[in-house]
Amino acid sequence: MEKKVLLGNEAIARGAYEAGCHVATAYPGTPSTEILETIGRDYRSIKAQWSPNEKVALEVAAGASIAGARALAAMKHVGLNVAADPLFTFSYTGVNGGLVIVNADDPSAWSSQNEQDNRHLARAAKVPMIEPSSPQECKDFTRLAFDLSEEYDRPVIVRITTRVAHSQGIVELSEKSEVAVKPFVRNPQKFVMLPAHARPRHVFIEEQMRKLKDYSDASPLNRIEWGSRTRGIITDSVAYQYVKETCPEDSVLKIGMVWPMPDDLIRQFAAGVEKLFVVEELDPFIEDWVKMLGIRCVGKDIIPLCFELTPDIVGQALNGTNRKGAYPRYETNPIPPRPPALCAGCPHGYVFQVLARLDLNVNGDIGCYTLAALPPYSAMHTQGCMGAGIGMHLGMEKAHGPDIARRSVAVIGDSTFVHSGITPLIDLVYNKGTGTVIIMDNRSTAMTGHQDHPATGKTLTGEETHELDLAMLARAVGVKRVVTADPKDTAEFERIVREEVAAPEPSVIISNRRCILLK
Amino acid sequence: MKNVIFAGVGGQGVILAGKILMQVAMDAGYDVKESEVHGMAQRGGSVDCHVRYSDRVYSPLIPLQSADFIVSLEMLEAMRKMDYLAPNGWLIVNLEKVDPAPVRTGAMRYPPDLQEWLSRNVESTLFVDTAGILKHVGTRKALNIVMLGVLSNYLEFDESQWEAAIKSLVKEKFAEMNMKAFKMGRDYRIPA
Repeated sequence: MEKKVLLGNEAIARGAYEAGCHVATAYPGTPSTEILETIGRDYRSIKAQWSPNEKVALEVAAGASIAGARALAAMKHVGLNVAADPLFTFSYTGVNGGLVIVNADDPSAWSSQNEQDNRHLARAAKVPMIEPSSPQECKDFTRLAFDLSEEYDRPVIVRITTRVAHSQGIVELSEKSEVAVKPFVRNPQKFVMLPAHARPRHVFIEEQMRKLKDYSDASPLNRIEWGSRTRGIITDSVAYQYVKETCPEDSVLKIGMVWPMPDDLIRQFAAGVEKLFVVEELDPFIEDWVKMLGIRCVGKDIIPLCFELTPDIVGQALNGTNRKGAYPRYETNPIPPRPPALCAGCPHGYVFQVLARLDLNVNGDIGCYTLAALPPYSAMHTQGCMGAGIGMHLGMEKAHGPDIARRSVAVIGDSTFVHSGITPLIDLVYNKGTGTVIIMDNRSTAMTGHQDHPATGKTLTGEETHELDLAMLARAVGVKRVVTADPKDTAEFERIVREEVAAPEPSVIISNRRCILLK
Repeated sequence: MKNVIFAGVGGQGVILAGKILMQVAMDAGYDVKESEVHGMAQRGGSVDCHVRYSDRVYSPLIPLQSADFIVSLEMLEAMRKMDYLAPNGWLIVNLEKVDPAPVRTGAMRYPPDLQEWLSRNVESTLFVDTAGILKHVGTRKALNIVMLGVLSNYLEFDESQWEAAIKSLVKEKFAEMNMKAFKMGRDYRIPA
């Protein structure tokens, strides 16, 4: 069969295609975005869509699954927080057609607000999690995940990290399985989680997870590669590759299914080696489990808890190698950093020029514009997660009274507003806030590479659709002062911001100018 | 194992250069892996990609002091990668400079002596004056392919292998222009 060089994310898309996946959903988020982009571009037999946010994406996928289709939802790690509510309960309902959630963690927070370890979520939600370590495994594991999902009646999480998502390698392709969409059969005991239904489902899923533990012990996803018995290393995800690179002589237990953990295999491996190590990125998830089994091992004592691993870090921890540069260091002048910055002509730049000039408190949000927290603008003072700025803006007013709202704004991008900004705007009106919200509408989800969203009027596959009218939406939730303006005329934009911030009632300014990078 | 790092600035085509090398190596029967930086790159940040090929490749990341080649499309970006260069590795550097934000705003200055310092401290350095070549090619967009052409002189693959890989990865209407750029890079000799 044909071999191709694929990115980890492209290989996941290919795996979904080969598995006969019917429906795929996502909200863009680095490092997961290319999964749905690839499906939308290359695998048109799958109905692919951007959803307004990850919660909706998972719900659409779950609906497709319960109706009998094979469905996939992809998101970055913080996206799974947004989708945690459906995750925890669709764990109870289980599936009809296979349901696969691809979760992309971001060790080192290359393009994220935190570096949370979502292996914990699999355990908490009681769903199996499998972890590919290469593009070939990305394809194979994704394909397998659909079968496991149907066989065990569980949603299955495929967890990747930035390094797995954004590494390329050779992938051997296979034929697509032709899988029919099953009929939807009404079964409220399974699909309506009333307390009376949820209780027996909890018992059922605990039983399924016990069966999956047997599978985990026997599955080729978890395998021992015996080498020297002096040292054994348990490892998962891309850390496996670093271990193989730096410790080729050692015995390795490669964990490809990290939840439920293969207890018997771990015991067998530990009994076969003199000294046991665990090499994993971020939290001591495997290490804690191994220790709980009563097995001594060394992990986070020598492997860093923070940031992604590299072959050098693993080599230093396990072999004491300490490579530095081979050449003298240039020290004549400081080397200027090249931080990402707003592009020349970026519409956000005009907005932040004005906000900096007016010296307002700025409650920010997630997008390119978060860069405005840095020089030269230094005009963003709070930021947390998607949509948080508007709620925080109201919270500041609740803390200090309306005066602070006369010196503050919330700023949010168009895509982020649709993702999570609408409900806090409703709250601002409902609970009698008086603040100003600037929706910086650049007609795109720009940060992740220009994806469409409900307010652009185009779908993932480029089809025309209803274009959400942001001004009308703001009026509908009760904002009476709604102004749309081009921020490039900074003098006029400044006048508008002054006027709206001064007004003792809620207002929305839609800063309307296309991203400079949009064709 | 051959280890090649491409470095540059968002928009210079660093990742495509890596992708073409991977394709050539795969077509020649090697196992290949690559790792790249996405995300904030579009906002003018540093971009790099690691390409490795051998009978079997595990880590997609190249360890420190292990790069046989660093191909830098921008001078300052070469400096950031120096710790990766193997003791006998080659540094191939575009002489062109792209000012980073702190230089543009006047907060810092672009170090004026990088070329001189590299010539003095890194024996195997090849500076490529791409400005003239790109004028001949007719577009600045082919910078990555010119640098790939320069690199190709040091690798085992012949021109037809490169041509096949380039043609499989660039748009058809740009194929001829890219092959011209590649050949000019391949023919590049340091001006006497």
